[in-house]
Amino acid sequence: MMNTWIYARNLVVGLWIVFKRTFTKPVTVQYPEEQPYLPPRWRGRIVLTRDPDGEERCVACYLCSAACPVDCISLQAADNPEAHERRYPEFFRINFSRCIYCGMCEEACPTNAIQLIPDFEQSEYARRNLVYEKEDLLISGTGKYHDYNFYRMAGVRTRDKDKGEGEHELPPVDVKSLMP
Amino acid sequence: MATIIVDNKSYTVDEQQNVLAACLGHGLNVPYFCWHPAMGSVGACRQCAVKQFKDDRDQSGRLVMSCMTPATNGTRISIDDPEAKAFRASVIEWLMVNHPHDCPVCDEGGECHLQDMTVMTRHVYRRYRYQKRTHRNQALGPFIRHEMNRCIQCYRCVRYYRDYAGGRDLNVFGSHDAVYFGREQDGTLENEFSGNLVEVCPTGVFTDKTFFHHYTRKWDLQAAQSICPHCSLGCNTTAGERSGTLRRITNRFNSQVNGYFLCDRGRFGYEYVNSPHRIKRAVVRPDCDRTKPGQPEEVPQAIEIAADRLRRARGVVGLGSPRASLEANVALRSLVDPQHFYQGVDEQERQLLSTILKIFQTGPVPSASIHDAEQSDAVFVLGADLLNEAPRLALALLQSIRQEPMEQVDELKIPRWDEAAVRNAVQNRRGPLFLAGYQRTWFHEYATDTYFAAPDDIARLGFAVAGSIGQGTPSVPDLSPEVKDLTQRIAEALTHAQRPLIIAGTKSGSQATIEAAANVAWALHQQGKQPRLSFVLPECNSAGLALLGGGRLNDAFDAIRQGKADTVIVLENDLYRRAEAANVDAFLETAQTVVVIDSVEHRTTAHADVLLPSATGPESDGTFVNQEGRAQRFYQVFVPDGDVKESWRWLSELGRATSQEGGSESGVAAWRNFDDAVSATATAAPALARIGEVAPSASFRLVGQKVPRQSERYSGRTSLISHLTMHEPPPPVDHDSPLGFTMEGYRGPLPSPLISQFWAPGWNSIQAVNTYQDEVGGPLRDEMPGVRLIEPVATKASGWFTTIPRAFQPTAHQWLLLPLSAVFGSDELSNRSPAIAERIGKPFLSLHPSDGARLTLEDHSTVDLVLQGTTYRLVVHLDPSTPVGTAGLSLVPEVSGVSMPAWVDLLKAIQTEHKRRAA
Repeated sequence: MMNTWIYARNLVVGLWIVFKRTFTKPVTVQYPEEQPYLPPRWRGRIVLTRDPDGEERCVACYLCSAACPVDCISLQAADNPEAHERRYPEFFRINFSRCIYCGMCEEACPTNAIQLIPDFEQSEYARRNLVYEKEDLLISGTGKYHDYNFYRMAGVRTRDKDKGEGEHELPPVDVKSLMP
Repeated sequence: MATIIVDNKSYTVDEQQNVLAACLGHGLNVPYFCWHPAMGSVGACRQCAVKQFKDDRDQSGRLVMSCMTPATNGTRISIDDPEAKAFRASVIEWLMVNHPHDCPVCDEGGECHLQDMTVMTRHVYRRYRYQKRTHRNQALGPFIRHEMNRCIQCYRCVRYYRDYAGGRDLNVFGSHDAVYFGREQDGTLENEFSGNLVEVCPTGVFTDKTFFHHYTRKWDLQAAQSICPHCSLGCNTTAGERSGTLRRITNRFNSQVNGYFLCDRGRFGYEYVNSPHRIKRAVVRPDCDRTKPGQPEEVPQAIEIAADRLRRARGVVGLGSPRASLEANVALRSLVDPQHFYQGVDEQERQLLSTILKIFQTGPVPSASIHDAEQSDAVFVLGADLLNEAPRLALALLQSIRQEPMEQVDELKIPRWDEAAVRNAVQNRRGPLFLAGYQRTWFHEYATDTYFAAPDDIARLGFAVAGSIGQGTPSVPDLSPEVKDLTQRIAEALTHAQRPLIIAGTKSGSQATIEAAANVAWALHQQGKQPRLSFVLPECNSAGLALLGGGRLNDAFDAIRQGKADTVIVLENDLYRRAEAANVDAFLETAQTVVVIDSVEHRTTAHADVLLPSATGPESDGTFVNQEGRAQRFYQVFVPDGDVKESWRWLSELGRATSQEGGSESGVAAWRNFDDAVSATATAAPALARIGEVAPSASFRLVGQKVPRQSERYSGRTSLISHLTMHEPPPPVDHDSPLGFTMEGYRGPLPSPLISQFWAPGWNSIQAVNTYQDEVGGPLRDEMPGVRLIEPVATKASGWFTTIPRAFQPTAHQWLLLPLSAVFGSDELSNRSPAIAERIGKPFLSLHPSDGARLTLEDHSTVDLVLQGTTYRLVVHLDPSTPVGTAGLSLVPEVSGVSMPAWVDLLKAIQTEHKRRAA
């Protein structure tokens, strides 16, 4: 007898909750017509950015590929004699079918070149379309970090910066001088 | 042995060492920069400070530099003392004040001693807010890149380059915080051992330029033990590969052979592996028509065509090679039957090698390793130009001349590791080093006495020295007073030494020189000394080929000419380097079928009817026997692309294809993996019986696992080939060695040949080798330094060599043409490396000034010389060290086909002289 009362009450309470919901705003979003808000630091698709001067930021240091827990980044360093000690990736490949969007590459990157952006729309019918080369990864902007230019800080000579012209650098030493 | 107390724990150490070395030997991490196990301590960088206590009641203690503190019994130190830690932290902070912010673009990054030490001392945050001093870099030639901003002024480079390697053109300039390490002006670093700067420099001031052009981090290299194929010394190297290209060679410590250093030929000569002239496909000449060029062919068809020709052959001639592995030579010998196997070297070389073997096998004096050479206290070199023929041995002799003065250092009670004090005590005193040869190099400046003469006169000097040392040794008549004097001086120095070393070369082709060297060593042995004997051989596996034995090259030529055989198999050999072009042409043209197995294109491969692409050293497993008689294993570093296979595997397949109709497989046809090759090699000749002990066999496992060739942090596994295929194929399986082409497998202590790269937690640079040794500078743990195949059995010499040549007499019209080796240029394979090719000099003819006057030739003039039917354009060098009546011809690629020594009428042979002076 007691149980019957309990069942009836639960039934009524449940129906009441359902009835109440008919007057609240639904959480479902009409994706893709309606786009959700993703904060700028959301970890989605990976891009390679450029420095404020418009040059590639990636210096092919291999730290992202070393940090990648699924080993889905590969690259090859190449030099451009005209740009002096400035280094570029000859190729830069990310296999997004393996990527877990952990952001370790971004954390490892010493030049702010590799960045994860709030874009997750990477569905493909063929896995091979998820292999991104440098042309696919490189964007024309600076991404999240606007001001940083590695070569302004680094001590090496580049096309547009001689020794001693970087930040916090003295002019090159004259070895033949005897002055203290 | 002494006991020292470090942080209240006692350790047993060698009291001859300093505290730093003792601590490192026990795995205690003390940071350091200026100290190097091979170069001792100078106490310059102040990084290795520890606290020393008088006794157990001393609570305050004092800071000392551990590299300058002897590890005497009862020494009580603390590494973890807060004051010592703070001191070390401030030292590295000072050193980093000017260090640029460029690790991401620095080639040293990831294997940088400075990075390791910075992490070890926990310097993580830059407090210095002011500006950094900068330096301009220099262009230092094709081998080394220079980035002076990174320098931390430890002085290791100049100590190595000037004090250890005898270089002159690198120095330190400037003053205070602006000292500069470089050359006086831009230019190529001249020293033959400059490449070691890359490893000696604790940071990225000097980096490998060849590596720069295809850069990869250390952790991304697939690596394995390799043996340098560029001379007969057999230095151990670590070869690193990524994406199918060999990226670099680094030194691999072997306490008995090369220790911490390599020569530049060995370090930078590796790029022949990546050469565009590599043979990658099997090539068959269609329809046996010699007028048509060869066409690429599928492997099974190529094998079938070759096997068909071999089956129908009237007789097969197999030509072995001193640069092919022992296993490959044994495979060929087994395929063609031992009586049809010929050593692919000229007759003179074969004779010399068999004499050398006889000297070691029947004589009482053992051969010398490079380590023995470093320890010897008197050296006599007969006819070998070490700097150009066996550079690492010359570097060892630069250390041996310190042995005799060291006795005075010991008397002064100065520890041997105290480098600055030792140099002060020694001053310019040098131990005895006598060099007899016919080409002057900078190395001669370190000699006690030099003697430049024709090979016969050098041999006479050797015989004369033996005559005045030993009893019953033949004496030499008609010596000039000067030579008699020199003989006395040499004999005296050698008899005063405890561990004298006699070295002779084979390049001059003089049998008498070799016999004279043996007489000297045997005479010293008779006097109760412990002499060692060393011969510089022409190529990396010359000794192995000699131990294996085989017929004469001329007999092979005769067999084809007389029609006893009509098919030739040439194994990794350019015959045009072995014999006169006309003879080789006739030989290859008369043969019905020429099968060539080789890795790079050369003149012999152009004649091949069937050309099979063989693997180079880093692409194959094999064994080389060095000039000391030490067999050493090299491992396959990577699986090559194309049809490339190990030579022995091609020969094994040919064996199976030819014996298909015969039924059961025997000999080489039955080989399935490298272990089969090794066991067949062990039975091929009595001297090779121990070849299986050289390194662990393919079935060797640790905890049931193979040993990985890749580091734990090998990257890009899932994307390296994802542009080609989305499937991730399993890594290749290695049936030939205990190593795997993966990053998975056993990690822990390993027998030394299986170590892929030296690495330990906190020690990413090559200095990690300290952590592989029980005693710093000593042998590796579980070291397998190779097997010495020849040890003396006799206790005394059975008899003396008595064939003393007559003194060399210059003649009116004939000059004795002698080969002058060149460190860059004389080796067949390293010449293919672009960096080495840049250093190869122009071919020159060296004459004594008086001969130059007789021929009316000016220094630096250009001449056309007709030799053995070919015209060579040569620059004339008038050099007083060239013996009168002889002419030296530099062995660079342009003149590689000239057989020497030979008598030449220069008056006729020099056809035209270009009066213009070469630049």
